[in-house]
Amino acid sequence: MARILDDIILDDIIIRTCSRIMLPFIQIYSLYVFVHGHSSPGGGFQGGCIMAASFILLAVAFSIREAKRRFKEKYIVILCSLGVFIYAGTGAVAVIFSGNFLDYSKWTHILPTTPVMARYYGMALIELGVQITVMAVMISIFMDLVTKGDHGEAPDWEDD
Amino acid sequence: MTTVHFPALIVVTPLIASFIVFAVGWFDRRYCFPLVIIALTACLIFAAGLAAVVLSSGNPLHYHLGAWPPPWGIEYVVDHLNALILLAIAVIALLSAVYSRSMAAREFPLAKLPQLYTLYLLQVTGLFGITITGDVFNLYVLVEIASFSAYAMIAMGERGAAFAAFRYMIFGTIGACAYLLGVGYLYILTGSLNMADLNQLLPALYQSKALLAGFSLLIVGIAIKMALFPVHTWLPDAYTLAPSSVSVLLAPLSTKVGAYVLIRILLSVFNAPFYTSLYPAAPVLGWIAAAGVLFAAFLAIAQSDLKRMLCYLIVCEIGYIVIGISSSNRLGLTGALLHLVNDMFMMACLFAVTGIIYAHARTRNIYELRNLHRTLPLTMAVFVIGALAVIGVPPLCGFFSKWYLVLGAIQAQQWFFVFVILMSSLLNTVLFFRIIEQVYFPPREAIPAGHAHLDTPFRLDPVPMGELIPAACLACFLILLGFFSNMLITRFISRAIPGTF
Amino acid sequence: MIEYLVIKHSYWFYIILIMIGFYGMMVKNNLMKKLIGMNIFQWSIILFFISIGAKKGATIPIIETHGVLNHAVRAADYINPLPHVLMLTAIVVGVATTGIALALLIIIYQKYGTLEEDEIIEALKK
Repeated sequence: MARILDDIILDDIIIRTCSRIMLPFIQIYSLYVFVHGHSSPGGGFQGGCIMAASFILLAVAFSIREAKRRFKEKYIVILCSLGVFIYAGTGAVAVIFSGNFLDYSKWTHILPTTPVMARYYGMALIELGVQITVMAVMISIFMDLVTKGDHGEAPDWEDD
Repeated sequence: MTTVHFPALIVVTPLIASFIVFAVGWFDRRYCFPLVIIALTACLIFAAGLAAVVLSSGNPLHYHLGAWPPPWGIEYVVDHLNALILLAIAVIALLSAVYSRSMAAREFPLAKLPQLYTLYLLQVTGLFGITITGDVFNLYVLVEIASFSAYAMIAMGERGAAFAAFRYMIFGTIGACAYLLGVGYLYILTGSLNMADLNQLLPALYQSKALLAGFSLLIVGIAIKMALFPVHTWLPDAYTLAPSSVSVLLAPLSTKVGAYVLIRILLSVFNAPFYTSLYPAAPVLGWIAAAGVLFAAFLAIAQSDLKRMLCYLIVCEIGYIVIGISSSNRLGLTGALLHLVNDMFMMACLFAVTGIIYAHARTRNIYELRNLHRTLPLTMAVFVIGALAVIGVPPLCGFFSKWYLVLGAIQAQQWFFVFVILMSSLLNTVLFFRIIEQVYFPPREAIPAGHAHLDTPFRLDPVPMGELIPAACLACFLILLGFFSNMLITRFISRAIPGTF
Repeated sequence: MIEYLVIKHSYWFYIILIMIGFYGMMVKNNLMKKLIGMNIFQWSIILFFISIGAKKGATIPIIETHGVLNHAVRAADYINPLPHVLMLTAIVVGVATTGIALALLIIIYQKYGTLEEDEIIEALKK
């Protein structure tokens, strides 16, 4: 059953052409939403969801096999962990420079700014970590639901 | 050595370790278990360091995340109550991880092990975070982290586990959302989310009906998470059908941490006059808990599945803790806190033994465990120690906590609670001696052919050492906690209870 | 009596939504409908929280200047942003709950072939 779902190809030329054009703009818009999280509604979670929506558009407009080819489960695992490490690393750098955990003003030892602006950049960094993780997890949820757990070249385990 | 950052490190270490296990386990599965052990040993060192600092200085330890002072920032507070429970969680999590190595290798295909350990470490993160945080909304987030890991881990179990996990999730979400609504009411009324700050701001508002509504929502939400009597129905199915390596982590810790949250809300956020003299919340909780103790004890006797019986016993023990809280005097609260810590170790010990029995004898039916003491002598000895601790036989730990609970109920002049505690101890005796009789002294004609003959020589248990040693360590802890219960009370618990009691 | 309905009308909307979600979780037999009830329950609690930050005549909590401010802002001019931030976390929690629930539903459907609760209980009893 999973094989049949993977191979359903949408044969509509309008949808395929339009989504091919729109996908890069959706991804740039998600980065725009992320960067402008300081001064308008937005931020890491919202940007990550929009970025994931671009891959889901790929899966819906083309075939699931195409989406699986573009975004293997290995990338999801790596990106998910990378986002959490960026977040925790931002806090850990503060601990290394004898501040409290997640005290971004200690980033002045690394970045050439004042402590107040260092908090600004620290918040942007953790939002980056949040965006990467949220994107990976949203894609993972969608792909696992749609492929019924048979996502990519996961190692086969025997059924219980 | 400096322990300044230990409050943050104890929560962040399992979190980072879980994602390291997730990423590394995708490529090479052999590194998962050593990473888990390293992370949990580090957490044990952090918890021991925090307990040492709190004991030596006598004051609570405050840690401001992001260097924002409360009430603007999130604060982690370690006082005597926290430090003891952190230490207990760290010890049990480490022993369960050691136990789970061979048990999980037997229960899951090799490919699922990295995912199991990821969820395991996330659950431990949630448990540590719930215990250490001093901010009511941060508590909600960490309760949800712990609960999600529990739902996913339970769903990996045997037949019917996914459905039990789904029902647990529906129930647990109602509880968490009720807690969130309660936090929302507190925020609307005071504008603050910090526990110490709420303690200052709330007494002026005690007459407000909105505060009563928020308090009730908080209590209902915590009661669902804690498996108090009427809303405990998710617990038997979920913990019985969970895999053995998972239930030895979840069963001792999840519900007791919920009981800790109740104690924290009632002691540190609200003052005693609010729920004893102004509104009769403490007596109501006490009566509900007493009904739960009797109900759970009777239902436990009706079970023939060993693990399901232990799940009803968890509900019974939570009832004891809430009876102790509701008596609202020093003796009762001492009994409740001591029982919280004791019950963590008792349930861990019993669930570990149940897992070994199930893996070896392939059955959990009590009536099929005849003469098991010939093939599993040490395991059944550990089971007897755990059983005696639950019943409350001195010098094991269960006796001292029940002693203080009964004294607290007498001082509060609640004679029915005294009767309930003593009656349920009797019912627990019936419960466990039924099993001990089936195992050690079965009727001679009931032994089916093929079971161990009566004059087999004594051999050590044919179970992996990785499973037997944690179970034996937990049994030793039960004995040690009994001998050192006075030290626990004088150094930790009596300083954890505020002076107004 | 009519003042309770008119002055606090927004609270009534949210309570009715919460109760609809609660009804769905408790009464409905299909597991998917229970899940949707849980979703309605969670999102309406989030709506309730966000609504408590509103102030009369206040604007969105975004300050128009760039760089660092040298004076304090009048808090009465901006709506309270803290409930919004808290509810971002709650939204993420809701999304994660939905994700886990859908994965569990897939496993249940693969094992029992049905999503009706009473049929699953019947299949489990055998």
